[in-house]
Amino acid sequence: MSQTYIVGFDGTPQSGRAVEHAAAAAKKTGGKLHLVFVIEWSPYSFHTAEELAERHGRREQELDRAKESLQPVVDQLKGQGVTTEFEVRHGNAAELLCEIAKATPGSEIVIGRTGGSGLAQRLLGGLAMTLAQVAPVPITIVP
Amino acid sequence: MFRRIYLAMMAFVATVSPAFAQESSIDQMISDAVAPIVNPIVSTVFYSVPVFGTQFPLIVGWLVVAALVFTLYFGFIQFRGFKHSIELVRGDYLDPKDAGEVTPFQALATALSGTVGLGNIAGVGVAVYLGGPGATFWMILAGLLGMASKFTECILGVHYRNEYSNGTVSGGPMYYLSKGLSEDGKAALGKFLAIFFSICCIGGALGGGNMFQANQSYAQVSSLFPFFEGKGWLFGLIMAGLVGVVIIGGIKSIARVTEKIVPGMAVLYVGAALIIILMNIGSVPQAVSDIITGAFAPTAVAGGIVGALIQGFKRAAFSNEAGIGSASIAHSAVQTKHPVTEGYVALLEPFIDTVVICTMTSLVIVITGSWVPDSGVTGIALTSQAFESSFTGAGYVLAIAAVLFAFSTMISWSYYGLKAWTYMFGEGQGKEIVFKVIFCIFVVIGSSMSLGPVIDFSDAMIFAMAIANIIGLYMLMPKVKALLADYHEKLASGEIKKIKNM
Repeated sequence: MSQTYIVGFDGTPQSGRAVEHAAAAAKKTGGKLHLVFVIEWSPYSFHTAEELAERHGRREQELDRAKESLQPVVDQLKGQGVTTEFEVRHGNAAELLCEIAKATPGSEIVIGRTGGSGLAQRLLGGLAMTLAQVAPVPITIVP
Repeated sequence: MFRRIYLAMMAFVATVSPAFAQESSIDQMISDAVAPIVNPIVSTVFYSVPVFGTQFPLIVGWLVVAALVFTLYFGFIQFRGFKHSIELVRGDYLDPKDAGEVTPFQALATALSGTVGLGNIAGVGVAVYLGGPGATFWMILAGLLGMASKFTECILGVHYRNEYSNGTVSGGPMYYLSKGLSEDGKAALGKFLAIFFSICCIGGALGGGNMFQANQSYAQVSSLFPFFEGKGWLFGLIMAGLVGVVIIGGIKSIARVTEKIVPGMAVLYVGAALIIILMNIGSVPQAVSDIITGAFAPTAVAGGIVGALIQGFKRAAFSNEAGIGSASIAHSAVQTKHPVTEGYVALLEPFIDTVVICTMTSLVIVITGSWVPDSGVTGIALTSQAFESSFTGAGYVLAIAAVLFAFSTMISWSYYGLKAWTYMFGEGQGKEIVFKVIFCIFVVIGSSMSLGPVIDFSDAMIFAMAIANIIGLYMLMPKVKALLADYHEKLASGEIKKIKNM
């Protein structure tokens, strides 16, 4: 069975390096890439009435924006001959990556890390630590 | 542009204010100027008939009868459907594909942050002061019945909402009144009721959703910080500034911060009330007996049973807004496969708001023996005294809670009022700014007036919303029944099913 590399991608350079690393590995093993763009979201957060009214539209915008940042990367990978799938999800990054990994036989997770800078923390900072603790499959953290 | 109007408004008030040497006279002036406009509205809405020697406002009966009719018509849905409501809020029926949409929990939390507020703290204080402990019994009963009203109006709100191409939604009574009734060939009536509702909703937003909130949070703050005494207008200006920054300036971060603090404050408030109740656990049976005997054989209460009943019903309606139509506006935004799910979620609101939180406030007041008839200690002062008698310094916590609750309720109601405003005048930034500026001015007016006229006006406008809303609910309830049947068919057939692991 071919190896599936599940890569957390959020458009940052760090996550780009994770994609490069996974792509190189996939070429070697003949595996494929599965890019996951997680939009941080909780079903239990609080919003004002106005935010609720705009929520459906916002969600579409978020999905579009995520797809826009994924598309060139996916095209480039396909150009290199690497089989690539992608998905955009709302939720908690660590939970979703684990859920996808569990549902995909022969998978491993590849993510980047921030080294503490605040901005990309939501996907890459705390995520690396959390996944290292709870991931159901082997995990590679790309510096 | 709006920034300029806003600044001009603030500058105007600031230049006018110091012109008066005595601060208290400013409050008096504002009070005197508003009273002649308010009084006729109040006496019209609260048209009363004598019942057993006391005046019974017809509008209170209107609300309770409606709640009773919906309760019977839907076969005690608030009890039969309670478990299903919890499952929906817990997310048991959420499709992972819909992640990122508004969840039932979020809609409930937002609607609750609009209703859990000073009604639960100050309103209960007023009810117990005027109606005695027995008012609590009627308040709980009205809360339980009100669950069916909320169920009905929130299903209609989702069913008849407008969805726009940019993904935003607008819903609420004005939409179901006009769209729902035009389906039955009563377009003119529907339009009339929708406009009537909108006018009252704007009044309700300015009254109960604004002036009452400003007034009572000022009352609490000024009792703790003597600096503010007699300077209601100053406190009002500060609050108006903060509200203005959020709703006019679009600084959402402030609203977001309060939205995050308010649930915490609610938990803290309920926790403090629970501790006081537990500390006095020995007095609970006596308090419960006071509440029940007070409900049927009240002493020292103006108007006897009917007096207690009116106060209980009034404050319950004011606190949980069931039958008023406001929650329907907030609930219309939710993403759902079926409008009925929203009804089930919404029926929890009067339960949490009135049956749980209001009852706790009232128990604390009764247990601590803070209620003294004709003492003049009413509203938030009474609640504050009750808490203070168990915890020194509780008044300060209550002051912070009051201001935050007031603030989040104002933000919620400014949205409800705005929706009614845009329904009548059309969408557009200029038109919206006009409403928002008016809203801020009323914060100042509300802080400056004394409680009596403010509470009368607030009640009048909020109850007036119910006139149009409930006529519509009666006419549209067969449609709700059809929707309900359709929903349960889909549940039974498995088309809508539980999705675990969420």
